[in-house]
Amino acid sequence: MSDNNYKFLEEKAKTIRKDIVTMITEAGSGHPGGSLSAVEIVTALYFQEMRIDPQRPDWPERDRFVLSKGHAAPLLYAVLAERGYFPKEELYTLRKIGSRLQGHPDMNKLPGVEMSTGSLGQGLAVANGIALAGKLDGRDYRVFVLLGDGEIQEGEVWEAAMAAAHYRLDNVVAFLDYNGLQIDGPIREVMSPDPVADKWRAFGWRVMEINGHDFAQILGALKQAREFKGSPVMIVAHTVKGKGVSFMENQVDWHGVAPTREQMEQALRELG
Amino acid sequence: MAEKIATREAYGKTLVKLGAENKDIVVLDADLAKSTKTALFAREFPERFFDMGIAEQNMMGTAAGLATAGKIPFVSTFAVFATGRAFDQIRNSIAYPRLNVKIAASHAGITVGEDGASHQSVEDIALMRSLPGMTVIVPADAVETEQAVKAAVEYSGPVYIRLGRSAVPVIYDNRDYTFRIGKAHRLREGTDAAIMATGIMVSIALEAAEKLEKMGLQVQVVNISTIKPLDKEAVLEAARTTGAIVTAEEHNIIGGLGSAVAEVLVEAYPVPMERVGIKDSFGESGKPGELLEKYGLTAEHLVEAVVRVEKRKRQFAKR
Repeated sequence: MSDNNYKFLEEKAKTIRKDIVTMITEAGSGHPGGSLSAVEIVTALYFQEMRIDPQRPDWPERDRFVLSKGHAAPLLYAVLAERGYFPKEELYTLRKIGSRLQGHPDMNKLPGVEMSTGSLGQGLAVANGIALAGKLDGRDYRVFVLLGDGEIQEGEVWEAAMAAAHYRLDNVVAFLDYNGLQIDGPIREVMSPDPVADKWRAFGWRVMEINGHDFAQILGALKQAREFKGSPVMIVAHTVKGKGVSFMENQVDWHGVAPTREQMEQALRELG
Repeated sequence: MAEKIATREAYGKTLVKLGAENKDIVVLDADLAKSTKTALFAREFPERFFDMGIAEQNMMGTAAGLATAGKIPFVSTFAVFATGRAFDQIRNSIAYPRLNVKIAASHAGITVGEDGASHQSVEDIALMRSLPGMTVIVPADAVETEQAVKAAVEYSGPVYIRLGRSAVPVIYDNRDYTFRIGKAHRLREGTDAAIMATGIMVSIALEAAEKLEKMGLQVQVVNISTIKPLDKEAVLEAARTTGAIVTAEEHNIIGGLGSAVAEVLVEAYPVPMERVGIKDSFGESGKPGELLEKYGLTAEHLVEAVVRVEKRKRQFAKR
């Protein structure tokens, strides 16, 4: 990995952060906090790791990405547009009537969206299903899934965790966006998932823990995941909710609130 | 006495038959494969069978994922767990994205018997019917089950097939009956009243019609095996030709076939109507026959309902 490459990813991440803030402001609603926390993870996947072709969104051999935390839709949309799945101008139709950019992702509306999500805790089971199909068909694609830390409170996640290990789905790579905040407050106060890495290990997963804003660590973990066989991989990524915007960082109130124009201007200045 | 076969039995055998022809068919179960009869498929095609354990929500989500990759998943467990426990997964991961998942749930209704109310699904039709784009099929016998499962494979989109535990009489002959999704089938002619029945109530309706004939009433019997999309023409045709409708279902009278038929009639052709079903209550333990008796689902109950509705029809005509 060259320095130039890191620079490229950093630039992409910056653009995507600005797109997220702008599109949510334009929409007047949406989820900035949890979109900003996972920018580096999804950027690394779409611009470095995944075998995809935006010109052929239905290519059977493509790697898949399932956004289990569907409320981070602005992040997914910004990345897909930047990657060329659809025109960037369309980002400003987010959450508006008639738009392909629904409040939460709709796989039948927008190319590149692999699964309709939004009801929390359902993405991992779906990723497992895609992975099972890949194994049945002898295809070597991989399935990436991004989970929110709050949504792993849902029971279905642990049903899916058990099943992925049972069926030895080593073509599943999950990220946990561990930003520590959910709507009602700090996750450790609302309903603690800790010790979270141990839980996934106990369910039979290969677990790594990284700083989720550090591209070197993300790509390093992905490299290890690629080489690892025999079980699914969980990458616990420690992140900051609202990352990159000073007044949003670690603020629970920025989970699902749109910035004002003035706040947007300030955020864009900070993001450079 | 006609031969009796449980619809779940026919389902299991049909899966094996279709699984041999279509390699895209995969089957998932939640630790009830012996009861739902998917074990037959598991024995023939172990690589395409996934036991997901006692985890229905994950099972539905996994089926959704398999469907996005071109598989035709059949998901089976008891109706009460499939539709109730995993409702949100069916709604958001299967119905909303219109994925090609077939939910074939067994042990529907009170004829589950001795296990009691916790295992007797009396609301699954209502739940599945309310989901946009969900097709809801309730086969009347083994022959129709086989054809319905085949039709579900040929149809692209989410389908719910409601199967029973107990053996039920075989009504149809495979040689002269063709099931089509969305098409009701008139089994008996008559102009005094019509019984529109679904599932195990179809053979009971035929029995009731025999009794009514002896009492001097000619009663039409219509099998509504697709609850959704409902064959509105068949409903209106029955209303026009008889002027009195009785619905019959092994389900709560709220939200099931009776509601579906009433919705059509009230908007287009209101006629006197009676709904025979479980009267907004949970079931209990007992033998299937005893339960049908206690909850008002026998041929005698249907006869009484027809007599009532036919009388109302004549009263209306006089006014």
